[in-house]
Formats: sequence, C-alpha cells, structure tokens
Amino acid sequence: MASATLLKSSFLPKKSEWGATRQAAAPKPVTVSMVVRAGAYDDELVKTAKTIASPGRGILAMDESNATCGKRLASIGLENTEANRQAYRTLLVTPPGLGQYISGAILFEETLYQSTVDGKKIVDILAEQKIVPGIKVDKGLVPLAGSNNESWCQGLDGLASREAAYYQQGARFAKWRTVVSIPNGPSELAVKEAAWGLARYAAISQDNGLVPIVEPEILLDGEHGIDRTFEVAQKVWAEVFFYMAENNVMFEGILLKPSMVTPGAECKDRATPEQVADYTLKLLHRRIPPAVPGIMFLSGGQSEVEATQNLNAMNQGANPWHVSFSYARALQNTCLKTWGGQAENVKAAQDALLLRAKANSLAQLGKYTSDGEAAEAKEGMFVKNYVY
Amino acid sequence: MSAFVGKYADELIKTAKYIATPGKGILAADESTGTIGKRLASISVENVEPNRQALRELLFTAPGAVQYLSGVILFEETLYQSTAAGTPFVDVLKAGGVVPGIKVDKGTVDIAGTNGETTTQGLDSLGARCAKYYEAGARFAKWRAVLKIGGAGGEPSELAVKQNAEGLARYALICQENGLVPIVEPEILTDGAHDIKTCAAVTERVLAAVYKSLNDHKVLLEGTLLKPNMVTPGSDSPKVGAEVIAEYTVAALRRTVPPAVPGVVFLSGGQSEEEASQNLNAMNKLEVLKPWTLTFSFGRALQQSTIKKWAGKKENVAAAQAAFLARCKANSEATLGKYGGAAAGDAATSESLYVKGYTY
Repeated sequence: MASATLLKSSFLPKKSEWGATRQAAAPKPVTVSMVVRAGAYDDELVKTAKTIASPGRGILAMDESNATCGKRLASIGLENTEANRQAYRTLLVTPPGLGQYISGAILFEETLYQSTVDGKKIVDILAEQKIVPGIKVDKGLVPLAGSNNESWCQGLDGLASREAAYYQQGARFAKWRTVVSIPNGPSELAVKEAAWGLARYAAISQDNGLVPIVEPEILLDGEHGIDRTFEVAQKVWAEVFFYMAENNVMFEGILLKPSMVTPGAECKDRATPEQVADYTLKLLHRRIPPAVPGIMFLSGGQSEVEATQNLNAMNQGANPWHVSFSYARALQNTCLKTWGGQAENVKAAQDALLLRAKANSLAQLGKYTSDGEAAEAKEGMFVKNYVY
Repeated sequence: MSAFVGKYADELIKTAKYIATPGKGILAADESTGTIGKRLASISVENVEPNRQALRELLFTAPGAVQYLSGVILFEETLYQSTAAGTPFVDVLKAGGVVPGIKVDKGTVDIAGTNGETTTQGLDSLGARCAKYYEAGARFAKWRAVLKIGGAGGEPSELAVKQNAEGLARYALICQENGLVPIVEPEILTDGAHDIKTCAAVTERVLAAVYKSLNDHKVLLEGTLLKPNMVTPGSDSPKVGAEVIAEYTVAALRRTVPPAVPGVVFLSGGQSEEEASQNLNAMNKLEVLKPWTLTFSFGRALQQSTIKKWAGKKENVAAAQAAFLARCKANSEATLGKYGGAAAGDAATSESLYVKGYTY
C-alpha cells in the first residue's frame, strides 16, 4: 500500500535525529523590522501627486486599449489603424493651452512610445503642455473563478520591470482599473481581490517611481438605488485602504479614481447633482484619510454635462482633498464626433475638447454653470455591460 | 455596509462634535479604585470613599476650570457620587457645560501564547450597562486597549492588533446602540528603546487596523472620538522636541483617520504636564490640514500637581484648584496653538509621570 511505502520513505528523519531536527527547525525570534517606508522616489511621488492635484485641473484619460479605441474610431467611420490612433491622440494632446485645465494624461502603452507624423514624441508634447504623462498598466479583466460571475484585474506579473521602463520613457503616474459589480453581489471574494490587487499594484508602482492612481470602479450597471451604491462603496474603500496600509503604500503619493455614488443606470429613481454630491462626499469623509492629495473621479457613462455638474456640486465647499476629474468619454465625446476623422475639423474638435476641459476646470473650483451647454453634451453615454 | 444609524444617531453626532470643540478638552478622572489608591498613597491619603469623593469634588468644582472642559471621564463609583453638599456630580458637570462620560472596560488580561500582550475585557452585558449609564446621565464612554512595542518578538503581533481592534469595534457599536459616544482608545505604550520612526510605523499600522474594524462593524464614525497616543520615541530612547513629535503624530493621523471623525483626544501616557501641553500645542500650530480637532484627554497630565498641592488637606483645596485651573487653561490654549509655556520655576509641571510597565 502506498501509505506503508511512505512511512518507510527515507526522507523522514530517523527517530534518533528528531530532537536535532526539531531544534534546527524551531523558528528563531524574528526581529520584525517595522517597515517605515523610505522609498527612493518618495519626494518625487509626493510632488507629482500634488502637481496633478492642483486647483482647477484634472486628468484627461486617453488610455483606451487598441480594441476600445477601435470602437471610438468605428463610431465615426474610421478604421482601427495605428495611423488613425496616432492622428486622434495627436489631436487630443496638442490643443493650445490645454495644460491650464489638464494636469495629467493617461496613455495606453502604444501612445507612450508614439510620435506625431512630424516625429515629435507624444510625451515631449505633453511635457511642453505642462501635462504629466501617465500610463495604464493593468492587463484587463478576466473571470474570477469561484465568484458570482465576477471579474478580477490582471497585470501584477512583471509589473515592476514594465513600470521601470515606463518611467524611463517619461511616465510619472500609473493607472489600474478593476471593477466591482453590484448586480453580481458583489461577493466578499471579488471585493477582497479587487482591493488586494490594487494594493499590490500601488506598492509596486511607488517602488518604481510612478504615482499609482487607485481605481476600483463600482459599475453603473444595475437597478439598485443610491443607498445600495453607498453601502458597497463604503465596503470597497475600507478594504482598499486597509490592504494598501498592509502593503506599506505611502498615501501622500497616490491618487484615487473612484466612481461617484449614484443610483444604478437602470434604477427608476434618479438623483440630482446635489444628492450625488451629498452621498459621494459622505463616502469620502468616512473612508479617505486626509493624507491623500487628490480624488479624480471617473465618469463611467455619465453624459459630459452630468459629469461636470456632479463634480461642481461636490466642490461647493472646502474639501480636505483635491476633488477633481479623470474623464475619458466625458471629455472626448463631442471632440471625437466633431473631428469625424477629417483634417479640416481638427481645430473645431480641439475647441470642443478645450470647452469640456474648461467646464470641468470650473467645476473643480465649484464655479461651473451649465448655461450655454449644447444638447449633445447632455447625451448619456452609458453602455450596458461596457467593456473597456 | 452603511454605518449603523440607530435612534441615537443625531445625538451621538452632536455630542461628539461638542466634545471636540476647539479650546476645550477632556479630564480623564476615571481611575479605578485600585489606581486612584496609588495616587492617594503618593500623598499619604487613605483610599476610602470620602477621600476619593473629596478629590473629585475638588476637580469638578475648581472655579473657572470647567469652561476649558467639554467632558470628564468618570469611574462607575463617581458617576453615582455627589458633592459634600449633596449635589450629584453629573449635575455639577452638566451645569458647567461638561459632558459626563464613563469608563466601561473591565481592564486587560494577557493573551495566552503571546509575549505578554493583552486584550481588554468588558463586552459581556455591556449593552445593559451602557443603557444604565445613559440613564444616570453619561453621554460618552471610554474603553482602553493596550499594545506594546517589543524587541525580538516584533510586538505588537498581528493577533494582538486584530484582537484589540475587534474589541474596540464591538464596544463602539454597542455604545452607539445605547446612546453613548464611544471614545476609541488604542494605546501603544511608550515602554522600550525604540525610536520615533518605529512608534510612527506601529501607530499607523494599529490605527489602520482599528478603522478597518470600526468600518467592518458599521460604527458611525461621525459619532466617535479617537484617543490615541502621541507618536514619540520609546521611554528608554533620547527625547525629541515637541515639533518633531507633532510632525510624526499629525502625519500618522492624516494617513489613518478619516475626516468623518470629529475629534482626536490625546492621552498623555507618562508625559509630564508641561510636555503634554507643549506637544499638543505644537501639533495645533502645524500648518497642514487637520480635518479633526486635536485636543486632550489627560489624566495624570492634568491632575499631578493638583493632587500634590492638595495633599489631602482641606486648607490646600484653593491652591490645588488654582493649579488645576492653570493646567486646564494651558491645555485649552494648546488646542488653539496658543500656549506660551509654564510659569518659570514651576518644576512640578515638568515632572515626568512615566511609570515602566504601567498598569492602569
């Protein structure tokens, strides 16, 4: 019998050796060095985070993967080629004076290494615009085994060396987007995994000179009301901060990218900007330590105007952290449509981008008014089961 | 996981905010019978009820002092005591705008299998006791968890941190269910030769665990107060200046305490009266955003000179009360960053109150 053979196996210590083996194996008292974080990039991380979180400014998220960028281009009848992606991204980073309203731009890997048709590096253009280049570093969502049909975010393998290379190329912040789905629970497992993955990514990023943007997106999909979103958001952020603390992440050198607290997209009860602001600020007050310099909200399918109004409502009083935006669709939508892929439309498209950027800049300062907003800008952009 | 909003929610939020009024703080006068006995013994006074009552009456009726106090933590015996003239202490305090509070923990016991680490007892029947105390006039409670920084053992251990954090969270929720604002006190003792950086790292680790537990237990943060240690070098290490203590302490709080918490009411540990005031003052002078009030919840650092001056003698009461007033005023100024320092020649206020292996 197998077990009998195992008992005779030579790898087990002989009885005479037991005492010695046990002593040798006994754990010596460990001097647990209290990890007092003193990373090589600490000062720079704090400075970069503060710069991005400067008054009146926010982030332009333009890190759509090639597949997702393809959808954008398709919506204006363009083929998903590198040349078209290059043309679009060039359009986005070159509007004169964009840096007044935009402090950072999140890039996809291709764009970080791209140049314009004139041979100018995109990262150099951004530097001239006084816009800090950032880089999406996650490798997307995949099914989470053992969960309730939920996802988890991949990307930790080799992350350190990738980020070191991105730093060399000029990136100074990173972004990792994981999701939590309320219709699917969320399960304890999914929340834990989301939070732990973010914490590991944040620690590795800081180790390699990149300010981590921490993004646990609570998806808009669902029929749930705003109270349920509030409940889940409190749970998610409690987990995220605890795991980041366990991973010795330096909070003065991170930025957050939360979803606002709103009803689900299919909930029949809608909320006003004031209600969204109320719930969202309460969430922040209960979960975000003041050491965090900036909270840059994602728009997640809100219309351009909604996203601006909600941000404005949140900035009607003083906050212990910079409360701002990191918008993709809510900054790019009208701009993209205006361009339509035509060279002669570039200026108009850039004006549209500047218009949205300025509106959100004013919203960050609590000074936005929606008079004069075009109807198109009020169009919702929620896509059910949206895949990034 | 929304916070628990029971029938007392509004009152809890209001009380917590009031206790955290800038310019005011807490007198921790909740020494157990055993501990107050040590104080009385130090001035050769017998540990009997009339003497305990006399000391507390001296403190609560000190002319001009209560204006600087927003709360007093009492021991159970004191909650039901009166002045010599027969006025209940809770009424005296309320008349002075001071919220009566009550110590509800039942002391620490060792956690078997650890290197002398402890957990705090007191959860059994806590709800019923809190309800009783609320009826007697108490509106806040206090529960002291204790952790230590060790050497080779790497204390505090994961187990001790978790256990104490969970205990604090259960206590806090039960208090809120029964109308008492919980003061959450995770004290990390100064005993040891560690440097201030180590204390900072441990404090941050402990506070992160405490707030995780409070959040998991759905405690309403707006209706709580935090009573932490200041971040200092160990008692066997060279001292550092108040500004350094202030920087490390405020940094630790900024990294762990959500703005929803209205006030941080520091314990003094074994610091001298003067040290404690100077450190609190330095913290409030720091030009960095602090969304919670930084104030005091001092026991020894408010009472030490007062008790010495009293020495148990009726004829000394006025002088003792004057000493008490001076400390209350000093700490009030410290909460506003306006404290100018002790009067020259007042050696008593600089006396260290550190006791190695101090048990409460």
